[in-house]
Amino acid sequence: MATSVRARPDGSPPPAAPPSSPGPRGRRSPGGLRSTLYRWDIKAIPYVFVAPFFLTFAAFGLFPLIYTGWLSLNRVELGGDPTWKGLENYTDLATSEFFWNALFNTFTIGVIATVPQLLMALGLAHLLNYKLRGRGFFRVAILAPYATSIAAATLVFAQLFNTDYGMINSVLGWVGIDPVNWESSKWPAQIAISVIVTWRWTGYNALIYLAAMQAVPQDLYEAASLDGASRWRQFISVTIPSIRPTILFTIVVSTIGATQLFGEPMLFGGSVGISGGSGNQFQTLSLLMYEKGWVTGALGQASAIAWVMLLLLLLVGGVQALVSRHNRKKLGG
Amino acid sequence: MAHTLDRSPAGSGIPAAAPAARPGRRFRQTAGRQHHAGPLTYVLLVGAAFVSLFPLYWNVVAASHSGERVVEAPAPLLPGNRLLDNLSFAWNQVDMGEALINTTIVASLVALSTVLFSTLAGFAFAKLPFRGRGMLLSLVVATMTIPPQLSVIPLYQIITDLGWFDQLQSVVLPSLVAAFGVFFMRQFLVEALPMELVEAARMDGAHSLRIIWHVVFPVARPAMAVLGMLVFVQAWNDFFWPFIALTPDGNPTLQVALAGLGAGNHTVDHAVVLTGALISTVPLLLVFAFLGKHIVGGITAGAVKS
Repeated sequence: MATSVRARPDGSPPPAAPPSSPGPRGRRSPGGLRSTLYRWDIKAIPYVFVAPFFLTFAAFGLFPLIYTGWLSLNRVELGGDPTWKGLENYTDLATSEFFWNALFNTFTIGVIATVPQLLMALGLAHLLNYKLRGRGFFRVAILAPYATSIAAATLVFAQLFNTDYGMINSVLGWVGIDPVNWESSKWPAQIAISVIVTWRWTGYNALIYLAAMQAVPQDLYEAASLDGASRWRQFISVTIPSIRPTILFTIVVSTIGATQLFGEPMLFGGSVGISGGSGNQFQTLSLLMYEKGWVTGALGQASAIAWVMLLLLLLVGGVQALVSRHNRKKLGG
Repeated sequence: MAHTLDRSPAGSGIPAAAPAARPGRRFRQTAGRQHHAGPLTYVLLVGAAFVSLFPLYWNVVAASHSGERVVEAPAPLLPGNRLLDNLSFAWNQVDMGEALINTTIVASLVALSTVLFSTLAGFAFAKLPFRGRGMLLSLVVATMTIPPQLSVIPLYQIITDLGWFDQLQSVVLPSLVAAFGVFFMRQFLVEALPMELVEAARMDGAHSLRIIWHVVFPVARPAMAVLGMLVFVQAWNDFFWPFIALTPDGNPTLQVALAGLGAGNHTVDHAVVLTGALISTVPLLLVFAFLGKHIVGGITAGAVKS
């Protein structure tokens, strides 16, 4: 602030200055310096307040994003200088079976990890919306997994899912199911990884749905029950449509999260985690990017994978925008 | 600015009772239409609570047995007596102690600075008129969708050039303020801070920093506390970028040290690995046990309008 006093000594009397404010520290004459300062304060201070965010974003978000795009058009060894390759990294990806495998895995794990998760969260929120004893306990209990880190949760679940001594195979054995090879078979491994994601996020999403459900106006339910709608009917016809924006929000957030899945498959795979299992059976795009960049040392190709992820997310965002516009039209008309 | 930083840690810890007030009011308003839960509801909810808590309980069990016992079928269900041995091994051999200190430093700095900068920006977006406000706010929200994968390669090159590889500042600086925090504080202040309060202070001749200190901070304090806790949890558990910027044997956070343990860097003793997991989880679970109600309130309050 002190520098700005010296920097702006022109002192033109602004018409906008408050006419009759004596001010607690009215040592100087009103008008002049003080009102210049006041005007500067009003005009510039909002930008000063939002500057830290935009500076941080420019330095650690926007610049790296663009630079990654430029690197993706080059051949870059770890620690070396880039040489121009045009779109070659992208065409290489298009013919790489590892890339398509990782893209497909990201998609399937994403679906297995988010669809049941959000459905269960919806059900849990509905249950928590009843008048309950121990409401506070249930809410904190289902949120506890959210406080557990990816690394801790995955290391615990890797033991529970162990093929030879894991508790999950023991429990399956009680109901007559043969031991499942959770690490080295493709679909079981993808399901196990999805279970970890689902365990960590279901409670969090349930609480978001619960908050939205509690904001639904009561008269909607009253009208529905006057029309003879059952509770299930009310849930489908009143609750779900009313919280549709929140549902859409959680779908978008979960999709973004699923696209970047990294820690769970890596730590679940142990010593072969970065390649997503010995046969790449659960290698995601993030893992492939890390492998290209930091194991192979091909940063240009890793950058191309990062940009493909960005394009995928833009696609998801576009679809989401279309869906929500469509919904709004339908509700309005 | 300097004295603001000094005082805010105390400020963000105090108002434990306040954050619950907002969602609490909402619950009471709608309580009239709520049906009483039937027995099936309780069965299902107890089941959900069991599934949520059992892996955490089993983490304690596994950390209290020997490595041989953990990998024997059937898996142990009750705690054993090896917890202290495992703790001292993890602490001394794998240096979880240093990782714990590093993580505390990183998470505290990130939480403090995010709360401070998010409150300033959130106040500007909520209450101060300026050109481009709507456009800039949309930009803030849009940046939330950009995954960290898009920035790690250049950032890795930069920290390597600066000699910051394996240094804590390389994980603190990119997280000094988050779009989520700005949006969260903006949503809170739009409703919680009456414009008359700001205008009255201006009429009294207060400049913007005084208004921040005497008007905005007192009103925003409950939301600042909740945001601080959410960001602290997030920074504590952050994995992808710390895993690239730090090394398990150098200057790791807990998550990076755990990744090293999980990959079998020091030991293949699974009891010790899970003891490491326990060390990384317990501090946050303690925070949740005492403040869980307010964190629940914060998550729900922040999400409704988005």
